[in-house]
Amino acid sequence: MTNVLTLENIVKTFPHQRRVFTAVDNVSLSIKEGTVYGLVGESGSGKSTLARCAMQLMRPTSGRAVFEGHDLGKLEPKALRTIRSRMGMVLQNPVASLNPRMTIGASVAEPLRTHTALKGQALQARINNLLDEVGLGAEHTHRLPHQLSGGQCQRVGIARALATSPRLLILDEPTSALDVSVQAQILNLLQDLQQQKGLTYLLISHDLDVVRYLSDDVAVMKTGKIVESGTAERIFTDPRHDYTRRLLEAAPGHGRPEMADSHTLPTLTTQGND
Amino acid sequence: MSPTTQIPAPTRSGPAGEQATLKPIKLLKQTLGRDRLAAVGAMIIVLVVILAVFGQWLAPFPDQGMGATNASARNLAPNAWNWLGTDQLGRDVLSRIIMGANPALTISAVVVAAAALIGIPLGAVAGYCGGWLDEALMRVTEIFQAFPPLLLAMVTVAILGPSLTNAGIALAISWWPWYARLVRAEAKSLRERSYVEAARAMGIPQLLIISRHVLRNCMTPILVQATVDIGTVILAAGSLAFIGLGTQPPLPDWGLMVAEGRGLIFSSWWIATFPGLAIFLAVLGFNLLGDSLRDLLDPRQVKR
Repeated sequence: MTNVLTLENIVKTFPHQRRVFTAVDNVSLSIKEGTVYGLVGESGSGKSTLARCAMQLMRPTSGRAVFEGHDLGKLEPKALRTIRSRMGMVLQNPVASLNPRMTIGASVAEPLRTHTALKGQALQARINNLLDEVGLGAEHTHRLPHQLSGGQCQRVGIARALATSPRLLILDEPTSALDVSVQAQILNLLQDLQQQKGLTYLLISHDLDVVRYLSDDVAVMKTGKIVESGTAERIFTDPRHDYTRRLLEAAPGHGRPEMADSHTLPTLTTQGND
Repeated sequence: MSPTTQIPAPTRSGPAGEQATLKPIKLLKQTLGRDRLAAVGAMIIVLVVILAVFGQWLAPFPDQGMGATNASARNLAPNAWNWLGTDQLGRDVLSRIIMGANPALTISAVVVAAAALIGIPLGAVAGYCGGWLDEALMRVTEIFQAFPPLLLAMVTVAILGPSLTNAGIALAISWWPWYARLVRAEAKSLRERSYVEAARAMGIPQLLIISRHVLRNCMTPILVQATVDIGTVILAAGSLAFIGLGTQPPLPDWGLMVAEGRGLIFSSWWIATFPGLAIFLAVLGFNLLGDSLRDLLDPRQVKR
């Protein structure tokens, strides 16, 4: 299996009150095609910064991000924009990640207009198709983000990220702003899409259950460093690093028999009123 | 802003059709319904616009409005024939006030539009891009802002020669930095928004991000600023005409009329007073509406 995304020795520092704050400290990881790589850690551990470095939304201070064999840091702006159509990103706050003045249809159309030649009827058909894939009806096309619930907005965010048929989706806390019941629906949707399309995910979350539910491989981050990584199975059943063990123990439901061996979240119907 | 965001709409069903974001028209309706002062302001503005558009047909003596003299009827006090009296050349003051609405409104609209056209793109680029470009653009705007606007306008008119057009150019030159700064501040905060980051992650070209995501979401403060500024520019253009650097006689201009009548203010008070009132009311109208729009947009600001 080939690696879709490889991060090599990524370092990201920020100047902070005359000193240097290191948000990401020499992180390397590689994500195999068709797998879900979970990145877990507490708030401020550098997960999101790492994701932004991977997308080149921030330039890493040093280190390389290699996607499909291209060193993203060395690409010209135009080439970088083109290659971004092969990567999608789903952000934490679903409502805020949509332009409040653009209809749902216009938001989903945006990447299509930039990266494809679709127009008119064909474009509209593709939008309806994308909305359908994430479980939204075509009637949402003309609605504005504030007329939708958080869960529906996140579905739009996913549809938009999928619009240009990317290979890799970077999911930055895709469910943490949502209600628990809606979280399960979104996770189910993400899992279905991943299996249907053979997508590769980089899943970032502070929620161990979310990561456990979707991930094949897991890395645990603490203060900018990866302290432990391995298969999800191994990390969750046999944590070797002290921090991982404490993280697992701190998770709600730890030690309760009914939660102890639950590898799946409570499955709710996707048709619920999210 | 960009035509690309329109999608062929098959049907626009019930609740989906309601657009609850602050669209200019809807915003105006809300403001007027809630606020008496704003309604008064809007009424004044409508009146000024009607005078500006239909002045030729509304003025009792349109030829005198444009400067034709009538030596036999000089300095007449307000009467049944000349409601607001006549000036020292026998011209009907009411006609000249009515005919003066058009240049006043035209110049202020053009100046505000020109200032916005220069200031908004510069401010958006500076605020969105940041870094050295931001620094460079902002230093340039500060140089322009360092001059008192009327002084800068006087210098410009002195170079280009006095006329309404040149006064307009002069005012636009001193007005655009305010728009640049306003938009820059908005753009700086908007670029941190999630949807801007999402657009960058999707590989949308920068200019489209600026126009579609940044500018579109700072239109409301710009609208407020423009409303207030139209009134302010009427006053500034009047001031330039007053000191002889704007509209030239015999064309009608409120500021010019005040200047012409000021020597006779004790004997024939109506010549200067009524044009002065016209300026006062027009500026008041735009300020009232602009202030109410601002109050509506920013509820934290306490009304004084």
